[in-house]
Amino acid sequence: MIPVCSLEDLPEGESVRIETTPPIALFRTDDGDLYAIDDTCTHQDASLSEGWLEGCLVECPLHAASFDLRTGRPTCLPARRSLRTHRVTIDDGVVHVHLTAEEGTAA
Amino acid sequence: MRTLTVVGASLAGLYAARELRAQGFDGRLVIVGDEPHRPYDRPPLSKDFLTGRADEDRLVLADDEEITELDAEWLLGTRARGLDARGRTVLLDDGRTVSTDGVVIATGASARRLPGDSLGGVHTLRTLDDARALRDELACGPRQVVVVGGGFIGAETASSCTALGHTVTVVEAAALPLVPQLGAEMASVCAALHRRGGVDLVTGAGVAGLRGTVSVTGVELTDGRTLPADVVIVGIGTTPNTGWLAGSTLALHDGVLCDDGCATALPQVVAVGDVARFGGTRAEHWTSATEQPRVAVANLLAGRTLDTVRSLPYFWSDQYGARIQFAGRRQDGDTVRIAEGELADGAPADGGFLARYERDGRATAVLSVDRPRPFMRARRELAQEESRMRSAAP
Repeated sequence: MIPVCSLEDLPEGESVRIETTPPIALFRTDDGDLYAIDDTCTHQDASLSEGWLEGCLVECPLHAASFDLRTGRPTCLPARRSLRTHRVTIDDGVVHVHLTAEEGTAA
Repeated sequence: MRTLTVVGASLAGLYAARELRAQGFDGRLVIVGDEPHRPYDRPPLSKDFLTGRADEDRLVLADDEEITELDAEWLLGTRARGLDARGRTVLLDDGRTVSTDGVVIATGASARRLPGDSLGGVHTLRTLDDARALRDELACGPRQVVVVGGGFIGAETASSCTALGHTVTVVEAAALPLVPQLGAEMASVCAALHRRGGVDLVTGAGVAGLRGTVSVTGVELTDGRTLPADVVIVGIGTTPNTGWLAGSTLALHDGVLCDDGCATALPQVVAVGDVARFGGTRAEHWTSATEQPRVAVANLLAGRTLDTVRSLPYFWSDQYGARIQFAGRRQDGDTVRIAEGELADGAPADGGFLARYERDGRATAVLSVDRPRPFMRARRELAQEESRMRSAAP
């Protein structure tokens, strides 16, 4: 579980990139909801925390691959693979991201 | 319509094929491509592919699953050599013909070349084969590289070569690179990236000739100097691949002329991507190839221009560890000011900057170096403003 920032430091419509390996993008949508997904676009090497946030969708800044923050699934091409989503909680006004374990990591 | 043919199997051609299926065309779909490869992405060729950070599998645009879903006949390694007067027969270089009810022209563009470029060590960088050859050569030990042309290909290639440990000089014929795209003031700021990246930038000089007998040994400039070189990369722009349409009835002038909906003078013949002279310009942006097909295909299937392409021009370039992003329509005479961040000695300062262009009190374009989020916001505002103006216009 990673404490990221205090809630008031993340205004609506903004995002933060967490430098884990691999990095994670944390978003606060215009509705005030919080989502965290893997930051690197599954299409090509771009940071989704720098992307275009529209409702619950984030669009990759380079090639406009669009992902649903709630599921991590791409909504259209060019991306085809989903991103991991991570649970977000607020404790004492601080936003925490709970890392989802890597699936099927080779030994 | 029973058969539709997409001539060109790269980015724009693939997006056109996808749109045809997505918009309900379930007839015979023929895709003709002169390269032997399935569609692949070109931007990484001057960046991660050249440095070896990414391999060919990262370039693939459509995986096996999608290729199957498209249910198309792929004629790869096949060049189109003609289109009949009505645009209903595509002639191929192997003698075959394809009878078709409509055509999407997506034949792209080819790298312009210099005289004398059959010397060993002289490269252009447009195709995967070009990139493989260049990458192999750059892996053979330290090289003296001269890059001709300071545009995006030139700058990105120079940046990759420098990252690989080679000595690099960029030669730009104009007083500064990127003036048509960025305007003189911002072009000057971005030119500083070369020097900061350890590359020697020579401006105001063109290439008079290439020296060498079997392999290149030097580049002779129009100012009389000769730069020693054992690798020369030519990035001086492209010419649209319209040669095959020379005998057709289509209007050709630096590309296939088409309207704002990508429609040509021939019914059911549309043009998209680098080959299309769309709305008076041939933008050569990645986003042109990906955004035009949706509208072009809708108009092709409808038989007339129902819709026009409305997206705001956008391009980016990764050079020397910096990301340059630009959106909007800039014209000479637009004023530009640094809105965020700052410059240091005429170069982008460490934190980058955001610059806004204006004309008659209205924002026309935005440029950022390493400020991706403010850029994204500004790009969004520009797009919304343009949309507002379009709906307000009579």
